Amino acid sequence: MSDNNHQWPIWEVFIQPKNGSAHEHAGSVHAPDGEMALLNARDVYGRRLEGVNMWVVPATAIVASTPEDVGPFFDPANDKMYRWPNYFKTPEGIKQIS
Amino acid sequence: MHFVNRNLANPKQTSNIGMETTLSVEELNKREAEFDAKIAGGKTIEPKDWMPERYRKQLLRMMSQHAHSEVVGMLPEGNWITRAPSLARKAVLLAKVQDEAGHGLYIYSAAETLGMDRSEMIDQLLSGKAKYSSIFNYPTLSWADIGAIGWLVDGAAIVNQTVLAKCSYGPYSRAMLRICKEENFHNKQGYQIMAYLMRGTKEQRDMAQDAMNRFWWPALMMFGPSDTNSPNSADLMKWKVKLHSNDDLRQRFIDRTVPQAEAIGLRIPDDKLKWNESTRHYEFGEINWAEFNQVISGNGPCNKLRMKQRTDAHNNGAWVREAAAAYSAKKAASKK
Ligand SMILES: [Fe+2]
Ligand SMILES: [Fe+2]
Repeated sequence: MSDNNHQWPIWEVFIQPKNGSAHEHAGSVHAPDGEMALLNARDVYGRRLEGVNMWVVPATAIVASTPEDVGPFFDPANDKMYRWPNYFKTPEGIKQIS
Repeated sequence: MHFVNRNLANPKQTSNIGMETTLSVEELNKREAEFDAKIAGGKTIEPKDWMPERYRKQLLRMMSQHAHSEVVGMLPEGNWITRAPSLARKAVLLAKVQDEAGHGLYIYSAAETLGMDRSEMIDQLLSGKAKYSSIFNYPTLSWADIGAIGWLVDGAAIVNQTVLAKCSYGPYSRAMLRICKEENFHNKQGYQIMAYLMRGTKEQRDMAQDAMNRFWWPALMMFGPSDTNSPNSADLMKWKVKLHSNDDLRQRFIDRTVPQAEAIGLRIPDDKLKWNESTRHYEFGEINWAEFNQVISGNGPCNKLRMKQRTDAHNNGAWVREAAAAYSAKKAASKK
């Protein structure tokens, strides 16, 4: 085996499925730099017109919330039910206001 | 909102790895109960979620074996790329084999979320420590074998992977969804090769039947030993990594494949095969498990050849990795 078996960094791949839609996570690739990560991602995740645009992001650049914190992290939303329109009662007889 | 639920900075720091040693027994039991409840409730497990060490290990074993199978699976088919009977056939086979490389990558990428580097998994394959599907240790002697592989081997893989797409581990299930979308092409191109040969000369029909005779039983073995002899089945079923028994999936494959064979005039090489009207399934003969055990323990017709081909491919690709590294170093230097 050669001595270049070391692992290149991981790049997370995001694809925009069609014009106007948001990018979605597709998977990851290994590559020495962004340009090559993009080419690898095209070959791995884009063989069948899966999208119109692709991002590659160094995996180390992504900061994620942790599953253990799911309660406290999202809990500010819990006691603010008025953020949903169905919190508000519409007077009888009125069909639609928005 | 789409969260990348993974310790992206360093997969080795997946949150619960090694935690079992530091958690108290009560805490461990509590977490395991929560984990079981999650699985029972049909929720998926994501990389940073707490998981029992055995779940992580079993998944890693299964997923890396699966990824290795995709990669080694390119070898028997690659054997015919230069000898495909027409340019069109060659283009299709190339695209098919390229897909398999992609499948390997999807699954390695998903398996890395469990805390092992791809390079380590590949080392395990090349050193013979890790296994891959027994089917790829059979030779591809004729063009019809390429038909038999696409139709039967990918057909069996579809049955397996369709179920795995519903498994409890998120990254694995998502990789399977992506793969399933591509497998039907593989399956159909194989069946078409067989169907064309069966419409051809006597030699061509004999060639197709010969491929069928050699690949039918090894394809049935792909589902693994009968569940009574499958040591990990109970745990995997409990964790919804496996959703059906090996025998059930094998039966499903037989039931859908026999009519396809009959439609093009291929005979199934099994004298005991017959339709059972009351169970609405085909009955079939005894699988040669002694042969299966020989093949998985390294004594199949092509085990050594496959490992040599795989190692050679890895070493022959060294210059590409070197060139890519040199190119990116040069570019980085010129930016300064
Ligand atoms: Fe595949
Ligand atoms: Fe395939």
